[in-house]
Amino acid sequence: MDPTDTALVRVTGVAKTFVMHLRAGATLPVLREVSFEVHAGECVVLDGPSGVGKSCILKMIFGNYRIDAGSILVRQGQQWTDVARASPRDLLRLRQCVIGYISQFLRTIPRVGALEVVAQSARDHGLEAASARARAADLLGRLAIPERLWQLPPATFSGGEQQRINIARGFVAMHPVLLLDEPTASLDQKNRAAVVEFIRHRKRAGTALVGIFHDEDVKRQVADRSIDVSRFRA
Amino acid sequence: MSAGEEALLTAAGLTKLYGARIGCVDVSLDLYAGEVLAVVGESGSGKSTLLSLLATQLRPTHGRIRYRMRDGVVRDLFALGEAERRFLLRTDWGFVHQDARLGLRMGVSAGGNVGERLMAVGWRNYGSIRGEALDWLARVEIETGRIDDLPTTFSGGMRQRLQIAKNMVTAPRLVFMDEPTGGLDVSVQARLLDLMRGLVADHGLAVVIVTHDLAVARLLSHRLIVMRHGRVIETGLTDQVLDDPREPYTQLLVSADLRG
Repeated sequence: MDPTDTALVRVTGVAKTFVMHLRAGATLPVLREVSFEVHAGECVVLDGPSGVGKSCILKMIFGNYRIDAGSILVRQGQQWTDVARASPRDLLRLRQCVIGYISQFLRTIPRVGALEVVAQSARDHGLEAASARARAADLLGRLAIPERLWQLPPATFSGGEQQRINIARGFVAMHPVLLLDEPTASLDQKNRAAVVEFIRHRKRAGTALVGIFHDEDVKRQVADRSIDVSRFRA
Repeated sequence: MSAGEEALLTAAGLTKLYGARIGCVDVSLDLYAGEVLAVVGESGSGKSTLLSLLATQLRPTHGRIRYRMRDGVVRDLFALGEAERRFLLRTDWGFVHQDARLGLRMGVSAGGNVGERLMAVGWRNYGSIRGEALDWLARVEIETGRIDDLPTTFSGGMRQRLQIAKNMVTAPRLVFMDEPTGGLDVSVQARLLDLMRGLVADHGLAVVIVTHDLAVARLLSHRLIVMRHGRVIETGLTDQVLDDPREPYTQLLVSADLRG
């Protein structure tokens, strides 16, 4: 491996078509020839109109959506793994250690309190219990989640509060690759600024970030370069 | 995967025919420690037959299952003697039934149900058996004051938690679950699912869970097998299969799931 190679994600020739069997097998080609790299310490922004396939690209990198052609290589130390061909167990391991993903919505777990939801994510990434809790508490504090909510399950929270729990859960683990799907969509000015600061901090720490941002202001503050996803439209 | 990590259970080519009728055909799978595998499909899909084969309650028409015993030796399950198989069932394995009456002795107290599994593996001291039973009742959130009550006086959710306590007391490495949340109210289900998630995480349990409830599969399982007409038609990580289903039947199942 080339020691000067700082790429952590390498997407090459990826295509995605949905086949909708419930609609007489109608095919919906979404993306073709998707190719780009993401390097350590940079934030690449996926741009383009709504419905062009930006979220789809994040889901493919995370291994949530399967792909029809190409490869998605993700680096862990000196080893590259093709997400598209990894066994389920390898992919789970990769998500645990390498690829973090902050989706638009929090899938809540009944009966688990907010602090614990966040701390669990840190423990999954290998932090021991006490420091996982401490990091979780620090992030919840910086995202202005009132302490009286920490023990309550996020299912009962407002949309904006749930999104902040989701953000805390994504940032609490130090994945070297982090995918962000509109993390600031329904946040106020102060919390947007907190998220911008989290992203900058992670860039300095050498994380490779790929993000979708609605907010032009946030985009300007975090993006090192943009990729217009329209050019991959199938 | 990391070298040297061996599957706990490996099934190859499992087929069960009931005369001309198909139970399941040519099912192969691996299961590792700490992994929850959900088997989904509608009734008649073969998912219960598969579970019965894996738990050695049925003998397959073809195929075999290899299992890594506690001593590290990999054995062919259908070549085990009856005594060995029974020992496995009541120590290293658990089975949580949808109908608690199949998993509990309804005429025996809660503590007796839990203690029975300990006595079967050689515990004799009454005090320590009772202590262990109390500990497990508390862990599954059954008031310890209920230890001498019969399961007939328990609610549906409590009976399921008692089944789990009974199974967990011997520290099994593999637990089979057949629709464990079936027929329970949603709030009761949530409590049970939360308990099961905790046990998997804390004890590194391997679980095979049969369910028709995709929300249960999503919450609990890492991997998913979709069955139809006795065959595995789609398999993968649970979120992959549910968010990007490929097979017509899987797309139908997902689209019919109201809770998404």
